[in-house]
Amino acid sequence: MASRTASKDIITLRGSAAIVSEFFGYAANSILYNRGVYPEESFTKVKKYGLTMLLTQDEGVKTFIANLNTQLSEWLEAGKLQRIVLVIMSKATSEVLERWNFSIQTDPEVVDKGVIKEKSDKEIMREIQAIMRQVASCITYLPCLDEPCIFDVLAYTDMDVAVPFTWVESDAKLIENPQMVKLHSFDTKIHKVDTLVSYKVDEWDEE
Amino acid sequence: MEAPGSGSVPTAKRRRLVPRPPPVPLEVAGARGPYMPPLCIKSKNPSLKCYGDRFIPDRSAMDMDMAYFLLTEPKKEKENTDMLSPAEEAYKRLLAEKLLNNRSRILAFRNKPPEPEGIVQQLLYETLTSSQTKPARKCRHIPQSSERTLDAPGIVDDFYLNILDWGCKNVMSIALGNTLYLWNSADGSIMDLVTIDEDDGPITSVSWSCDGQRIAVGLNSSDIQLWDTSSNRMLRTLHGVHQSRVGSLAWNKNILTTGGMDGNIVNNDVRMRSHVVHIYRGHEDEVCGLRWSGSGQQLASGGNDNRVHIWDVSMASSNLSLGHNRWLHRFGDHLAAVKALAWCPFQSNLLASGGGGDDRCIRFWNTHTGLCLNSVDTGSQVCGLLWNKNEKELLSAHGYVQNSLALWKYPSMVKLAELEDHTARVLCLAQSPDGFTVASVAADETLRLWKIFETSEDAKPVFKTVNTGMFNSFSHIR
Repeated sequence: MASRTASKDIITLRGSAAIVSEFFGYAANSILYNRGVYPEESFTKVKKYGLTMLLTQDEGVKTFIANLNTQLSEWLEAGKLQRIVLVIMSKATSEVLERWNFSIQTDPEVVDKGVIKEKSDKEIMREIQAIMRQVASCITYLPCLDEPCIFDVLAYTDMDVAVPFTWVESDAKLIENPQMVKLHSFDTKIHKVDTLVSYKVDEWDEE
Repeated sequence: MEAPGSGSVPTAKRRRLVPRPPPVPLEVAGARGPYMPPLCIKSKNPSLKCYGDRFIPDRSAMDMDMAYFLLTEPKKEKENTDMLSPAEEAYKRLLAEKLLNNRSRILAFRNKPPEPEGIVQQLLYETLTSSQTKPARKCRHIPQSSERTLDAPGIVDDFYLNILDWGCKNVMSIALGNTLYLWNSADGSIMDLVTIDEDDGPITSVSWSCDGQRIAVGLNSSDIQLWDTSSNRMLRTLHGVHQSRVGSLAWNKNILTTGGMDGNIVNNDVRMRSHVVHIYRGHEDEVCGLRWSGSGQQLASGGNDNRVHIWDVSMASSNLSLGHNRWLHRFGDHLAAVKALAWCPFQSNLLASGGGGDDRCIRFWNTHTGLCLNSVDTGSQVCGLLWNKNEKELLSAHGYVQNSLALWKYPSMVKLAELEDHTARVLCLAQSPDGFTVASVAADETLRLWKIFETSEDAKPVFKTVNTGMFNSFSHIR
C-alpha cells in the first residue's frame, strides 16, 4: 500500500520534461491572448490546471508551438535547456517590448544518474496554477501594447548542444533598461522553473 | 583550490558551518590577508550561539571582516591587478569565459510564427486604444510625390485666371485654352464639354455650382456661360456683366458672383431674367480671387490692386440706383496681387490670403473684427491656398521661386512638407469633395493629384459618381 502511494508521486525526468514543456505551451498561449498579440476570436477555452485556459486555433501558431514543445522536451530530457524566452516585438519596428523569461534549473543528479524524485502531481499543478493566474493578471501593470505585435521564442541551451536544422543562433533580443517583475516559480524536483517578465518602461511614467 | 590560509580551521565538519566568502578575486589577486579566514571563524561561531534569541536574517551569511576589508582595501587590489602574471591573466580569461560568455547558446526557430492578420489586428488595436485613456496621436503619412499626373496641354499661363474647379459630384473641370474639359475622378473618364469660339476665348474662369450640376464659365470676352453638365447643354449666357474678362467666379446658392478685370464684383441671380442683383465696387484693378465663406454671409475678394475686401451680404443693398455697396473690411497689407483666398472650415471668421510675387506672404484675418492675426513670409509667390477639412492644416501653392506646394500646420505655421514635383509655377488648386485629394495645375502643363489630406483613420465616404447618362435628366424640371 505504501509503495503504491509512493509510486503515484514518483516523477521521472521524462515526465518532468513533459510537464515543463506543456507548461510553456499553455503559458505562451496565455501570454499571446492576454497581451493581444493575436485576435481574441482565434482562441478557445479549455480546462487546465484547474483554470480556464485559452488556446489558439490559428493553425500557424498552433504548429509553431507544437514544434517548439517537441524540441523543448528533447532538450529538457537531456538537461540542456537553461532558459526559454518569449519575446514580444513591435511588428513595425521590431523593437522588443516584452520578454517573458522562463529560467530552468535542472537537477544534474537526475540527468546523470537517473535518480527518481517524488513530488505529487497535485502540488505541481497548484504551483503552475499560481503562475498562470499571475500571467493573466499581468495586464494590469504591463504597458499597453498599442501597436500590432509579433512574437518569437528563444531557447538558451548548453554550449554542447548541436543546433537542430530548424533552429538558428539568435541574439538575446534584450530590452535596454527594462522594468522587471518576478512571478512565481514551480519545481518538479527535477526542473525548477522561474518566471520573470521584463518590459520596456513606459515613457508615460517618466514624465 | 584549497586555500593556504584555511589551515587554522580545526575540522572539516566545522568548516561546513561557515559559508566561506567567495575566495576567487582575492586568491587571484594574491591579496589574501593572512588574518582573514581565522577571523571569520572566530568571530562568527560564538555569535551564532550567543545571539540565538534574536532573529537577525542571514547574519551568519554575512562576513563583516570581509566586507570591511573589501571596503578599506580597494586600492591594494587595484594595484595588484596591474601586475598580474601571464599565467594568472590566462586563468582569469578562462574563468570569465566560463562564467560569462560561453555559458549558453541562444537559439530561435528558423520559421517564425505567423504574423497576426492586419485587418483584425487593426480592429483590435482600435478597440484597444479607444478603451484606453487617450489614443496616441498617430503620425500622418504625407506623400512626398503626386499620386497621379495628367497632361494639361495648352494651359494658359496666366496668374490671374481661375481655370480649375472640383465639383461636389466629384467631377473636376479644367479649362485649357478655349476648351473646357470635365474629368470624372470616380472612373477617370474625360469629356470635353465645350470649345469656345476663338473670338470669345480663352476661358478665364470656371466654377461649379453648389449642387455640382451647373458650371459657370467666365470668358475673355466678358461673357459668362452657364452649362448643365447632366445634359451637357448651355443654360444661358450672361452678357454685359463686365467690361472685360471675367477672371474669378464664386457661387453662393443661386447667386453667381463674378469678378472682372474692370474691378467690379457682381452678384448674379441665375434664375432671374435681369440677373444682376448687387454690384460691389471697391477694387481698382482686376479681381482675381473670390471666395464665399462657408456660411454664405461673407464674400472675400482679392485683386490686382493688392487689396482684400470682405463684403457682407446683410450690408448689401439691392437698390442698384445707389450705385455702390460698401465693403465691410478692406485689407491693404499685401504688397502684390491677392489671388489665393481660403476660408477656414473650422473657424467661420478666419480667412487666409496669400500675396503674389512681390509679397509672398500668407496672412490670416479675423473677418469679424478685421484684424490681421498672423503673417508668414513663404519666400515664393502664393498662387493658391486650401485648408485641410480634417486637420488644422493649410496647403499653399507657389509660383516663382519655389514652384512647389507647401503644407503648414495651423496656427503654428510650421511647415510640414514641401512638395516640389511641379517644374513651373502652380496656377490653381482644387480640393476633392471628400477633402482628401488636392489637384494642382501648373504652367508646366501638368495636372497633379495629391492625397495630401488623406487620413488613415477616417473611412472615406463614398461619393456618388456623376451620371451624365440619359436618366439623370429626368429629375430636372425643364
